[in-house]
Amino acid sequence: MSEPREITESAVQAAVDAALAAIASAGDSAALKQVRTEHTGDKSALALLNAELRNVPNEQKAALGKLVGGARGRVNQAFAAREAEIVEAEAAAQLAAETVDVTALASRYRPGSRHPLSLLQDRVCDVFTGMGWEIAEGPEVESEWFNFDALNFDADHPARAMQDTFFVDPPESHLVLRTHTSPVQIRSMLERELPLYVLAPGRVYRTDEFDATHLPVFMQFEGVAVDKGLTMAHLRGTLDHFVKSIFGDEAKIRLRPSFFPFTEPSAELDFWHPTFKGGARWIEWGGCGMMHPNVLKAAGIDPEVYTGFAFGMGIERGLMLRNDVQDMREMVEGDIRFSQQFGMVV
Amino acid sequence: MRVPLSWLAEYVELVPGTTPEDVHAALVKVGLEEEDVHTFDLEGPIVVGEVLEFVEEPQSNGKTIRWCQVRVAPEGQTAADGGEAVHGIVCGARNFFVGDKVVVTLPGAVLPGPFPIAARKTYGHVSDGMIASARELGLGEDHDGILRLSTLGVDAPVGTDAIALLGLDDAAIEINVTPDRGYAFSIRGVAREYAHATGARFRDPVEQSAPAPVPTGPGSAAVFSVVIDDAAPIRGKVGSAVFATRIVRDVDAARPTPAWMIARLKLAGIRSISVLVDITNYVMLELGQPIHGYDLDQLRGGIVVRRATAGEKFTTLDGKERTLHVEDLVVTDDRGPIGLGGVMGGAETEMGDETRNVLVEAANWDPVSIARTARRHKLPSEAAKRYERGVDPEIAAAAVSRVAQLMVDLAGGTADAGGSLISTAPAREAIFLPEGFVSSIIGVEYTEDEVHDALAEIGGAITAVDGGFSVVPPAWRPDLTGREELSEEVARLIGYDRIPSVLPVAPPGRGLTRSQRLRRRTADTLAAAGSTEVLSFPFVSEADNAVFGSADGAPVVSVRIANALDQTVPFLRRSLVPGLIGAARRNLSRGLTDLDLFEIGTVFLPEPGRTYGSLELPVGNEKPSDEVLAALDAGIPPQPRHLGALIVGDVVAKQPRQPAVAAGIADALDVVRQVELATGARIDISQGSHQAMHPGRTAELRVDGTLVGYAGELLPALAADADLPRVVAVVELDLDAVIALTEPTVEAQTIDTMPAATQDLSLIVPVEVAAAEAAAAIREGAGELLEHVALVDDYRGQGVPAGAKSLTFALRFRADDRTLTAAEASEAKLAGAALANDRFGATIRE
Repeated sequence: MSEPREITESAVQAAVDAALAAIASAGDSAALKQVRTEHTGDKSALALLNAELRNVPNEQKAALGKLVGGARGRVNQAFAAREAEIVEAEAAAQLAAETVDVTALASRYRPGSRHPLSLLQDRVCDVFTGMGWEIAEGPEVESEWFNFDALNFDADHPARAMQDTFFVDPPESHLVLRTHTSPVQIRSMLERELPLYVLAPGRVYRTDEFDATHLPVFMQFEGVAVDKGLTMAHLRGTLDHFVKSIFGDEAKIRLRPSFFPFTEPSAELDFWHPTFKGGARWIEWGGCGMMHPNVLKAAGIDPEVYTGFAFGMGIERGLMLRNDVQDMREMVEGDIRFSQQFGMVV
Repeated sequence: MRVPLSWLAEYVELVPGTTPEDVHAALVKVGLEEEDVHTFDLEGPIVVGEVLEFVEEPQSNGKTIRWCQVRVAPEGQTAADGGEAVHGIVCGARNFFVGDKVVVTLPGAVLPGPFPIAARKTYGHVSDGMIASARELGLGEDHDGILRLSTLGVDAPVGTDAIALLGLDDAAIEINVTPDRGYAFSIRGVAREYAHATGARFRDPVEQSAPAPVPTGPGSAAVFSVVIDDAAPIRGKVGSAVFATRIVRDVDAARPTPAWMIARLKLAGIRSISVLVDITNYVMLELGQPIHGYDLDQLRGGIVVRRATAGEKFTTLDGKERTLHVEDLVVTDDRGPIGLGGVMGGAETEMGDETRNVLVEAANWDPVSIARTARRHKLPSEAAKRYERGVDPEIAAAAVSRVAQLMVDLAGGTADAGGSLISTAPAREAIFLPEGFVSSIIGVEYTEDEVHDALAEIGGAITAVDGGFSVVPPAWRPDLTGREELSEEVARLIGYDRIPSVLPVAPPGRGLTRSQRLRRRTADTLAAAGSTEVLSFPFVSEADNAVFGSADGAPVVSVRIANALDQTVPFLRRSLVPGLIGAARRNLSRGLTDLDLFEIGTVFLPEPGRTYGSLELPVGNEKPSDEVLAALDAGIPPQPRHLGALIVGDVVAKQPRQPAVAAGIADALDVVRQVELATGARIDISQGSHQAMHPGRTAELRVDGTLVGYAGELLPALAADADLPRVVAVVELDLDAVIALTEPTVEAQTIDTMPAATQDLSLIVPVEVAAAEAAAAIREGAGELLEHVALVDDYRGQGVPAGAKSLTFALRFRADDRTLTAAEASEAKLAGAALANDRFGATIRE
């Protein structure tokens, strides 16, 4: 198309018609690009007609310029519209092509989990720290003085023999695996300022056989409060608040007379379990009482000035009751399926 | 303690129709916890029958059976099962005679088992019921033959309900008795508590055991000579403060024990032995006072109670010869020991079938002495159980009289008029109970009348004194030693239900400690990163500690349990790894092959050459001196909390377009990085060694230069021993140390915002040079402009000399005040390379 041509209405219209037809028939962005080169490029009919404007007489320039310019405008507009259509269609086609089966994707994440006993222990701690209590800890291999004598367990009292104690060899060393978290009571009273409100969770040991409801190694938490004017009513109030936090607002506490060497008066504590599988009922969950004056004295606290209360419960039993675990052995076997059903939530 | 209800009802009013459950519900309110209910578990019709005739029929199996005609209802009447008055019954036993009265279980009856009785065809006959043995009825162990009622001294018309006749319709409650309530190991004590719980009328069996001739003191001719000669009282308490005796003569030791007594003993858990022994047990259960009966004719001279001599030997009733301890109390006659006082008698003077004359003893022994002897000789007898908890010191005389009376009534003896009684038990001291004290610790506003009445009801002697009450507790309550104990009595009698619920306000707390927070965060972080928490028992073998508890194989010391449950693992762990291996093994055996486990727990690390513990303990009830407390603490072995993790199998499973990624040391090191994240610690990793780990795949972990643990792969031989796959990634670190060695507060750096310049640097270094060393040299040489270094390639092969490797690092440079030019960045990079060259001859690979 090198030869100059005359700018006529029909020539312009022919070029426009050819361009619009080509734009309309372009099916994808590559074809459209080709069309653009052919119909709007330097060598295209419209470009050549446009170039011819140089040669037309001045008095015709305005009219012919308008004719050619309008024609080019129409073509460019059609091109832009078609381009938008094609981009949109191609984007949609790409998205469609990228569809995956969301149920068949590779995962590089592994599900882990906390142990439910640890989670429940954390939860119990949070209830008490929420009341301003602090969390205390103590050694698992413990001196008999802390585990027994300071807690008013006479060396010859049957209560001491009933504790099913693991003794460290040689027994003359008077070291035991703590049979309860109660020695932390003594340690807390010796180490901390009064008034004192602490919770002591941790592992304890008894020479119990290993079966569905007994473990030789288990977890307890021990609460102890020493202050002026504390009574059994405060003990009950604390336990009521605690069981409501763990078992719901309908839970409550019942106390039954009992005996522990380190508390007087002493009580077994039952709680009303509103959501127990098989029906709401009273369930036994631990022991408690007012601290025996001999225990306060062993820690250098004057029982004429201060009173205290203490309570202790087992975490394993809590987990059994709360989450319907049937067999305590599952808690210590380390089968990942047991922990993984809890994840990070107990 | 098991309490037959018929027996309980003798001493406290039980409303007709009271069930065992009702009694439990009442007793639990006063602190006697429900344990169980025991019955004979029989269902009728079970009746008295009379053997009319029988034919012996030898069988092909060698047995001879008897085909019996047994009358089970009076003539002309229908039997209790609706059948004929005479039943044909096959019986395997042959210890009975025509005319014997026997117990017949008729079709429809059920024996314990349950074992339902029906008419059944056997040995060629239809056996229409069964003639029962004592054992089948739950009355005894005797299974040698069927029970002939005449041996029990029982006769009753044919057709009589044998269940009621023999006391087999009774039931016993079983309660748990806490160690302070020794008196509740008796019908007397439980009846009293039932009265407290219900208000029912209580009759003290001690007061009603008339006729009870008052024993006379020593000196009377009829009185047996008893001397208490305790040369070494324990804690100043004489071994036997009370010692009462009665003599019963001409007893018939062969008389049957009455069925009612056998039934009650049985329900109470005690087997019938003979009428004389049964009576002593019966009175012990009834009054809580252990009784010993001697065959008077076997005694040589009078009785002397003393402490044993060192090495003295004595054979107890159970036939065991025991070497006595100087603290043991012995009852002796002229020959030497005849009883281990308060614990168990001896065989030589035991009452037996030939006994004609009996010396009955009821003593009160020192609880501490008895507790030690029972423990020392592992003899937790019924007597010792009661003495350890305290027996009423005022009932010995009544008890021997009660025994004597029963021996007169049931064994045909004659009791001597008097007896002996030594009593040196000190009078109980009064306790001062200040006005308002009970309310001040219970939190209930009791009136003074309520306090007074409750204490009176439990048997205390109360006097109003200035400012309160003076209370002498009853003799059977040695546990009531102070005002707190009296307060519990008031609270429990009035009811713990009266105690209100008041939440105390604690002073403001500071939440979890830093260590508690970081341990919890570490566990949460590991779990979020894919690890599953396990909690293992800390019991291990000696080999476990020798291998896993020592990095270099140097011998270690371990805490050993003196009374381990499992003798194969009597030590406390020095490492968490054996427990993790055990858990991994259990999971693998259950078909779970890809495991990432962690545990945070205590390990026990006694140091060699040190002695732990304390030979002497301070006395309780007073605060030891600071020096003594420090010594107690110093005697406790170190028990830091460790973190252990074990990863085995695939860490990424094979999936569509995703090949499996197998676990290895890299995963162990990622655990270390998670710990860094959770605790804020900076844990340095360097090549290391541990005897339990792969020699080429072990990293030592350090915080601030202090060794805190190891990470790597288990020695393949140890993995094989544990039936684990060859590659097992493990980590163990001292979490307490990591936290203690780490700054508690993060110091923030300014974030520079000028553009970064990035360049790569490939260094050829000897293969022995650790990448971390090369990175450190680059970092140091390049100086402050170098913001970040990452190892991106480790290439060995063509183009790299043998014995060398090419490490490629991606470097990011940044200045805080200007845009870096490429020339500045290159200059810094070359400075880094130069220092690496100085240190280990690194050259730049172009």
